[in-house]
Amino acid sequence: MGIFVNSDTRVLVQGITGREGRFHTNQCVAYGTRVVAGVTPGKGGQDMDTIPVFNTVDQAVRKTGANTSLVFVPPGLAGDAILEAADSGIKLVVCITEGIPVHDMLRVKNYLQTTSCRLIGPNCPGIIRPGICKIGIMPGDIHRPGPVGVISRSGTLTYEVVHQLTRNGLGQSTCIGIGGDPVIGTDFIDCLEAFSRDQATRALVLVGEIGGDAEERAAAFIGERLDKPVVGFVAGLTAPPGRRMGHAGAIISRGSGSAGAKIAAMEAAGIHVCRDLGEIGKFCSQVFAGLLA
Amino acid sequence: MKIHEYQAKELFRAHGLPVPDGRVAATAEEAVEAAREIGPPVVIKAQVHAGGRGKAGGIRIAAGLDEAREAAESILGMSLTTSQTGGQGTGVERVLVEQAADIAEEMYLSILPDRTSGRLLIICSRHGGMDIEEIADRDPGAIVRIPVQPLAGVQPFQLRRAGFALGLAGQKMQAFCRILGTLFQLVVKKDLLLLEINPLVYTKGSEWLLLDAKVEVDGNGLIRQPALASLHDPGEDDPLEVEAREHNLNYIRLDGTVGNMVNGAGLAMATMDLIKRAGAEPANFLDVGGGADSTMIENGFRILLADPRVKVIFINIFGGILRCDILARGVVSAANSLGLDVPVVVRMEGTNVDEGRRILAESGLDLEPAKDLADAAEKISRIVAAGS
Repeated sequence: MGIFVNSDTRVLVQGITGREGRFHTNQCVAYGTRVVAGVTPGKGGQDMDTIPVFNTVDQAVRKTGANTSLVFVPPGLAGDAILEAADSGIKLVVCITEGIPVHDMLRVKNYLQTTSCRLIGPNCPGIIRPGICKIGIMPGDIHRPGPVGVISRSGTLTYEVVHQLTRNGLGQSTCIGIGGDPVIGTDFIDCLEAFSRDQATRALVLVGEIGGDAEERAAAFIGERLDKPVVGFVAGLTAPPGRRMGHAGAIISRGSGSAGAKIAAMEAAGIHVCRDLGEIGKFCSQVFAGLLA
Repeated sequence: MKIHEYQAKELFRAHGLPVPDGRVAATAEEAVEAAREIGPPVVIKAQVHAGGRGKAGGIRIAAGLDEAREAAESILGMSLTTSQTGGQGTGVERVLVEQAADIAEEMYLSILPDRTSGRLLIICSRHGGMDIEEIADRDPGAIVRIPVQPLAGVQPFQLRRAGFALGLAGQKMQAFCRILGTLFQLVVKKDLLLLEINPLVYTKGSEWLLLDAKVEVDGNGLIRQPALASLHDPGEDDPLEVEAREHNLNYIRLDGTVGNMVNGAGLAMATMDLIKRAGAEPANFLDVGGGADSTMIENGFRILLADPRVKVIFINIFGGILRCDILARGVVSAANSLGLDVPVVVRMEGTNVDEGRRILAESGLDLEPAKDLADAAEKISRIVAAGS
């Protein structure tokens, strides 16, 4: 089981001929992911390390049956790349690109709501089903198959958490980095809904950080609708106290956003909050002890 | 990226929006000359990015040229501490000299993206001239929010909704709708994250005026906004932060003594939390990014060593894209060229970690390796306790 991806996932890589695109495509293939095509406009007809490259996503989908796209396109062009994937019948887009302008993402997010395409990211490490497939840039070898689902807004902080889980004998069902940008596709609640239906996932780790109200909303969902144990962590407890903003952003985020507010919301929802990152693996093995034996 | 009020008003003027006649001045002489051209009474306004200037003495009215000189002299070069600047205050290098407005009504207007809904929000209120948090405290019902679908753009009915919420009618309404429509287009076309007019003024002479302007441009949009990118004022930034940006590093200076360098913003924040739990204070936030190379590591390390308050350095890297051997070479190279006069705790994990640890061990440098985060926290705690 696990969520969003499985062994039928057929991946095409947009921006496959760039330095990062090529490097990480090879890493994904080495992990066992079925990468069936690449897309770089103007380079159609070539091969990238035996993977056929197409000019358009539409061609690649028709020729190879790709159903998922991994995007490494530069920030100014990435919004267009996501729309091209959605418009060509791709069901899941994982966008790694960092630095996409917010107004581009507003248009992308609203356009995707008119399609059946799911977006993970942007500015994220991607998604991995340990032992099955990896669609992203996370180091594969720190993961192990197992019963813990991991959802996070950040990249390397997620690797740290996963590494400690693995060292404490806790494998993972699916790990998703939803991305750190203000406007993202799949959010915590989308992931929680999917994990709540997934029988392979018996416990969850939610890794948040300061800013926005995503953690507060996730905590409310968990309190009302989720009956699996959850460990929470929030980065930024000691971030310098926010200067009084004095502008419109302040009333939108009012009463949320600080690490303290997020931790309070998590604890009120019955989430086990770990405050010491150095001990989160051990903490999880204690909280999940009865369940995972 | 924030821009100054005078820069925002030049942008508004270029798009046919009503702003008061004004000139920017860097000296008292220039300010007096500007006041003479405009004709008193004038308002002298400190040009800094923080709001709350009025209460802090950064805005003064001058009835004549002598008063204008006196006001400009007192504001220029002052260190302005407002509710939004943080403790240290910010230096004033320029003032805006502006025709005083004959105010009949003050209102509030802003446009910004809403991250949760993915819509653009128009926010308006019939109370203006105080900050929006104050309005929200006093009269929350007077704040009206109008969400706009970004794919469709703003519609005439939405402009009218804002106008009716402000109690407008007739000519006054029509002129307002034209202004709001133009401002909305600016937000979209210029990649703005915030456009706030507070106050939006209706004068006794029955004219609209955008009397103050707070504009923030999306840093990610600057690649396609060269004119706005050129408005960046490096005078508002800490010199070490400027240097960091030139090297593509994300650095924020703080008040503690433990310098730290981390890859990834989330891990960097969690590392600062860890330092605090160890009984110390972080001297900075430094994220070298997921894809850092050895030159970036070297530059990051150089910035930490350049900070005289730093008593110990903690390097915490989880190698994914960034391989540990590359990190280790960057650290060794920087330490060799600059010399180390503070203890350095290094914790690394991930891709090529054994090779990285070997490079550090064989470098002959006095580096303290930590086997995991808990071990690193323990070592930092011991070093800080020994030094105090």
